[in-house]
Amino acid sequence: MEPLWYGIVFGMLAVYAVLDGFDFGAGIVHMFVARTDTERRTVLAAIGPVWDGNEVWLIAGGGVLFMAFPRAYSAYLSGFYLPLMIVLWLLILRGVAIEMRGHHDNPLWRDFWDAVFSLSSTLLAVVLGASLGNVVRGAPLGAQGFFAMPLFTDFRPGPQPGVFDWYTLLVAGFVLCLLTGHGALYLVWKTSGPVQERSRRCARHAWRSAIPLWGLATAATLWLRPQIFNTLFAAPWRVLFLVVMLASLYGVFHHLAGRSELRAFLSSSVFILTLFASTMTGSYPVLLRSTLDPAHHLTAANCLARQAGLQVALAWWSAGIALAAAYFAFLFYAIRGKVIADDDGPGY
Amino acid sequence: MNDGVVWHRIQFAFTITYHYLFPQLTMGLALLIVAFKFAGLRRGDEQYHEVARFWGRMFGLNFGMGVATGIPLEFQFGANWARFSNFAGEVVGQTLALEGVFAFFLESTFLGLFLFGEKRLGPRGHLAAALALCLGSWLSGYFIIVANAFMQHPAGHELGADGVLHLADFAAFVGNPWAAWQYAHTMTASVVTASFVVCGAGAYWLLMGRDAPHALICLRMGIPFGLLATVLAAFPTGDRQGKLVADDQPITLAAMEGLFDGGPFAELAIIGQPDVKRRSLENPVVVPGALSFLAYGTFGSTVRGLNDYSPEDWPDNIELLYYAYHIMVGLGTLFILVMSAAAILLWRQRLQQSRAMLWVLMLAVPFPYIANTAGWWTAELGRQPWVVYGLLRTADAGSPAVNTGNVVFTTLGFAGLYFLLGVLFLSQVARGVARGPTAAH
Ligand code: HDD
Ligand code: HEM
Ligand code: HEM
Repeated sequence: MEPLWYGIVFGMLAVYAVLDGFDFGAGIVHMFVARTDTERRTVLAAIGPVWDGNEVWLIAGGGVLFMAFPRAYSAYLSGFYLPLMIVLWLLILRGVAIEMRGHHDNPLWRDFWDAVFSLSSTLLAVVLGASLGNVVRGAPLGAQGFFAMPLFTDFRPGPQPGVFDWYTLLVAGFVLCLLTGHGALYLVWKTSGPVQERSRRCARHAWRSAIPLWGLATAATLWLRPQIFNTLFAAPWRVLFLVVMLASLYGVFHHLAGRSELRAFLSSSVFILTLFASTMTGSYPVLLRSTLDPAHHLTAANCLARQAGLQVALAWWSAGIALAAAYFAFLFYAIRGKVIADDDGPGY
Repeated sequence: MNDGVVWHRIQFAFTITYHYLFPQLTMGLALLIVAFKFAGLRRGDEQYHEVARFWGRMFGLNFGMGVATGIPLEFQFGANWARFSNFAGEVVGQTLALEGVFAFFLESTFLGLFLFGEKRLGPRGHLAAALALCLGSWLSGYFIIVANAFMQHPAGHELGADGVLHLADFAAFVGNPWAAWQYAHTMTASVVTASFVVCGAGAYWLLMGRDAPHALICLRMGIPFGLLATVLAAFPTGDRQGKLVADDQPITLAAMEGLFDGGPFAELAIIGQPDVKRRSLENPVVVPGALSFLAYGTFGSTVRGLNDYSPEDWPDNIELLYYAYHIMVGLGTLFILVMSAAAILLWRQRLQQSRAMLWVLMLAVPFPYIANTAGWWTAELGRQPWVVYGLLRTADAGSPAVNTGNVVFTTLGFAGLYFLLGVLFLSQVARGVARGPTAAH
């Protein structure tokens, strides 16, 4: 049961990273790839029908974490209280910006909400990237299973770290580049004309900068938390993670140059999924590492809910996720093709 | 109680009260939109579709606000109530996960199709999208009510040797009898809100002398739904909720009614101000025996008063609880009167000429929101001093590691952000209503 629910929870969060990742990315590049009002409406229309559903993966993943690992849920969310609230506010602002922009023709009104949309998307990528870094690095968990963490202390990943230290900022920078590239590839796939051309350039630059940052972040993790690599490569078949990541990275550049737009986007999705999966496989069975004492680690074993409840949950979860997958397939099919922004409102 | 818990309570109460301003309309309006579309299809009348489209746009705005303010709540259980989440997460988490997986995916997918896909889907397909949306929102209502009902009246759980609750019987948990009546009452109350809103817009257009055909469609649909829902809210659903409280939370009942001295032939206070220190109700206007009858079915039944219990088991804000409850019931009674009068005028075809009635309907729009909020405050304040009734006290439910300063800071942040959201939302709704049901978008 433990590996199964660990996989379910982090699997849902990985899907979240891929899906909301592309609409964050679209937001990050919004101001650069779209210059005129019609172009900006095109970018918004490209993510319009899907971004809300993408966010539901976070909500549903959070709900499953709550049910399956209640202790981890409460330790994460109360411990990372302040960054959590920042993420929530940014999510709200971003949703409002998407909603409000179209309601008036006034150019200042539109510029303002474009900027809010872009800025909140960028900051979300940074804060969520740093959160990933925090989970890998660990937190000063005490014997009660709780911790408190300020936003920053001395910027060193020691026993009493802050949310932002050099390590988590490095991861945040990497994630920012990654999502920028990912979102730009989505736009390359979904748009045409100048927006597509600029997105193509953006994607290339972002992926080129992501590679050295990936190297740096990996080296830093190896130095800081070598256990993760020991666990990850404990079984020889797990070298596959690395192979898949390198292959998908190659795929991104190859398909971008070869103009197979959907394949380029899928390659970057696979890269993000595998990156997430390998990090979590390496961390298993730890849900949150204590920087003070390994005895205080929150693990899949000491957080898992009782069998009886989870057995029922497995039955309904499987049915529910199959339905959700069907809705998503249907939705992406319904909006297939390039987005067009005409004068009576953008749409597919 | 450490003072940090007070701030967690303020923060949570504020964000959840604000959130619920939106779903209460979403759920009821989804039903009315289905009704408009259905009537449009049956009569082949394009004006019904125009009305449905107008309310669809309002629905979209409202839904966006529901989403934006709902996401924080999902995580606030852990952030603000970490010990509660540890204690009850295995049980309560089930419904939150169920809601995400079954209801929110459904809603978010079909909202997009409903708003942007009318041309592609055709009239029947569009009605199906509206139905799916309605189903999704009513499902999410049920799951969240089951979570709340568990906190009011735990069912299907067992307390483990590890000191936390485990799920023992899934069917008993989701079939909690408390949830059944609470759901029925909440959903009828949500239809009350939606019908008042729909009637309010119709009354406004008629008073302005414009869009008469569409305004009448709104009123002809809103008034019957409103009359039915206001009656059902009081009887049987409100009445049965009261009886559940009387059976399972007798201290809460005494506090809601401001009853200090219990006994047989207990009186029902219509008006009066509780003075908790002196343990009495000032300026009481009471109906003798009525409380005994309403709570237990006969006038002679004994109702216990607050004096029969130790003050440490009393809800900790009896005054607010008492007023919240009386506001809800008072408004509920008025709603029945308003909707009955409107229905009689409508039936006699005199509504269009009765400007006074139209004014009342237009000005009535905020009051169902007040009644709904007051109802929730009754439920939540009445549950005190417990988070999970009889099992975990609120004082022991907070997050031990969160610094109170942070909670104060983020509460102020939420207040500012939500104020801004409210202004933007209201201005867009006002614009939508002013442009009327036939505007292009
Ligand atoms: C338009 C809204 C509305 C109206 C007109 C009424 N209610 Fe209500 N009431 C609610 C909206 C509401 C609510 C917001 O939906 C609540 C909060 C929790 C719940 O289950 O429903 C609620 C709760 C609630 C409770 C439960 C309190 C608890 O759990 O401690 C009782 C006993 C009543 N109501 C009784 C009534 C009666 C006798 C009414 C007769 C007029 C009435 N309500 C009208
Ligand atoms: C949407 C309507 C709701 C409103 C307006 C509402 C209102 C409130 C208020 C005012 C409080 C503070 C009570 C106090 O501090 O004395 C509170 C507390 C709380 N409510 Fe609700 N509530 C609603 C629905 C729910 C639901 C559906 C749940 C559960 C799923 C829930 C769970 C809680 C919890 C965990 C607390 C904190 C602990 C406590 O103070 O008892 N609420 N709510
Ligand atoms: C503790 C209580 C609550 C939590 C944690 C919560 C959580 C959420 C979340 C996360 C969303 C956004 C969903 C999306 O992205 O599509 C949402 C929307 C919604 N919630 Fe709540 N909610 C709570 C209280 C309630 C209550 C009491 C009801 C109804 C009885 C309700 C009904 C809805 C509905 C119908 C929506 C759909 C969007 C909308 O209607 O605006 N919620 N809620």
